[in-house]
Amino acid sequence: MDDFVLRALAAGCGIALLAGPLGSFVVWRRMAYFGDTLAHSALLGVTLGFLLGVNPMVGVVGVCVALAFALLALQRRRALATDTVLGILSHSALSLGLVSMAFLETLRVDLIAYLFGDILSVTPADLAGIYGGGAVALLGVVLLWRRLLAVTVDEDLARVEGMPVEALRLAFMLLIALVIAVSMKIVGILLITSLMIIPAASARRFARTPESMAVLAAVFGMAAVLAGLLASLNWDLPGGPSVVVAAAALFLASSLVPVRR
Amino acid sequence: MSIPLSGTSASALPAASSTPHPHGPLLEAKGLSVMLGGRSVLDRVDFAVQPGEIVTIIGPNGAGKTTLVRAMLGLVRPSSGSVSRRKALRIGYMPQRLNIDVTLPLTVRRFLGLWRAAPGAGIDAALEEAGVAHTAGTPIQSVSGGELQRVLLARALIGDPDLLVLDEPDQAVDMHGQAELFNRIETVRRRRGCGVMLVSHDLHTVMARTDRVLCLNRHVCCSGPPQDVSRHPEYHALFGRHAADLAVYLHQHDHAHDPDGSVVRHDHGDCCHG
Repeated sequence: MDDFVLRALAAGCGIALLAGPLGSFVVWRRMAYFGDTLAHSALLGVTLGFLLGVNPMVGVVGVCVALAFALLALQRRRALATDTVLGILSHSALSLGLVSMAFLETLRVDLIAYLFGDILSVTPADLAGIYGGGAVALLGVVLLWRRLLAVTVDEDLARVEGMPVEALRLAFMLLIALVIAVSMKIVGILLITSLMIIPAASARRFARTPESMAVLAAVFGMAAVLAGLLASLNWDLPGGPSVVVAAAALFLASSLVPVRR
Repeated sequence: MSIPLSGTSASALPAASSTPHPHGPLLEAKGLSVMLGGRSVLDRVDFAVQPGEIVTIIGPNGAGKTTLVRAMLGLVRPSSGSVSRRKALRIGYMPQRLNIDVTLPLTVRRFLGLWRAAPGAGIDAALEEAGVAHTAGTPIQSVSGGELQRVLLARALIGDPDLLVLDEPDQAVDMHGQAELFNRIETVRRRRGCGVMLVSHDLHTVMARTDRVLCLNRHVCCSGPPQDVSRHPEYHALFGRHAADLAVYLHQHDHAHDPDGSVVRHDHGDCCHG
C-alpha cells in the first residue's frame, strides 16, 4: 500500500478513536448542534492563526473556546432559545471565516479541503498533530470520566456534591475543540460532528455501560474510516464524505441487527 | 381583595423560631432575596435548619419554594442576603426529577456510584435501605416514578449526610407511596440524626410528620410547629379555611375560599399584608 494511504488510515483511525468517547458525550448531553457550531467556527481559527503567525490548530482551539464562552454568555441572558443562539453563532462564524479568508489574498488555502477534508493529503506532521493532540484529549477524557458523567447526568446534583461544574463544562468544550482542531483536515469542518455522532449513535443499542458505548463507538468509527477510504480509493470518491457515508451505512445496518435486552 | 388579619408579621408566633441548637444551625439564610429574570422571587427570607429536625416548606405554586431550596444549596445566587452552612456540612440532595437522555446506558447502580470516588459497598446497602435493591441492574431511565424517588433518596443517603434536602419527594408517588416515603424519611432521621429540609404540597402528610413548617409565599408568611401554623391566620389565608380538608386542591393556592366555598382571589397572590 502507498504511504499516503497508510497515513490516511492512521489519521482516520486516530480520530475515530478520539471521536468515539467524546462523540458519546456529545450524544448524551444532546449537544450535536453545539458541536456543529464549534466546528463551523474553525475556519475563522485558521485565518486568525495565519494572521497571528501561529499554528492553525492553536487558532482553531482559541476560536472554539471563545465561541463557547460567547454561547454561555448568550444562554445566561435567556433572551433567545439555545437553538436560535446556536444558529446565529454557527452561521455567522462560518461566514466570518469565509469572508476573512477572502480578505487575506496572501493566504493560499484549499477551501474545499477545509470544508470537506482531504484525508489523502495527510502529512507526517499532520499525523504527529493528530496523535499528539489526540493523546492529550484522550488522557483528559479518561481522567475526568466519572466527573464528566456526573455532570452529564445532572449538573445540580454534581454541584451539590461539590464538583466544579463550570470547570468541567469548560474542560469538555476544550476537549471538543481539540477534536475539531485535529480532525479538521481529515473530514472537514462541515462533516466533523458526523464522525462524533454517527458512530456513537450506532453503538448505543449494543452498549450496557457508558464505557462500552464509548469503546464501541470508536470501533464503529474506525470501521467507517476503513470502509470509506477503500471506497474512496477504488472509485475515486472524495475521502471525507466517503467516510461519513460509510458511517451512515453502518448506522443503518446496526439499527437492523436485533438486540436481545 | 385582601383578607383582614391580625398579627401578620412572622415573628408574631412565639414558636416561630426553633430552639437554637448548641452547635448552631446546619444551614441558615439571613435576609435572603432572589431575583430571577428581573422578578423578585424571594424577599428577605430568614430561615434555618437545626440538626435532627424536620422542616417542611409549604406554599402555593410560584411561592418560591424550590428557589429557596436551590438558593440554600448554592444553586441560585441571592440578589441580597446570605446563606451560611456549618463547616464541612454534608448535604444529601434529592431533586424533583432527573432528565437523563435515553442514549446514556446507565444502570441504577452506576448512577449511584457517579458521585464519589470510591462509593464501594455503600451503594447496595443504600438501595436495600430504600427498598429498591431489585432495580440495581435496571437502566435508570426505565424505573418507575415511585422507584426513582426511592433511588434518589438512596443516593442522597449514601454520603451519610448531616442534612437531607428533599424537593417535593411526594410528587411522583400515590397516597400509599407518600406515606411509605415519609415513614422512610422519619426512620432515616431517627437512625442517623440528620436534619431534614423538604418541600411539600401535601398538607396532610406535612402536618403529621414535621417538627416545623415554613409557610412561604415569596416572603415567610409564618413558621413554627405544625399545630401553631395550622392555627395561624396567614396559613388560612393561603390555604383556605378548611386547609386540613383541602389537601387535594393545594396545587392552586393563588386563592382562598369564602365560607360558602366560592373562590376569592388575592391581589398579586400576596397573602398577608392586608
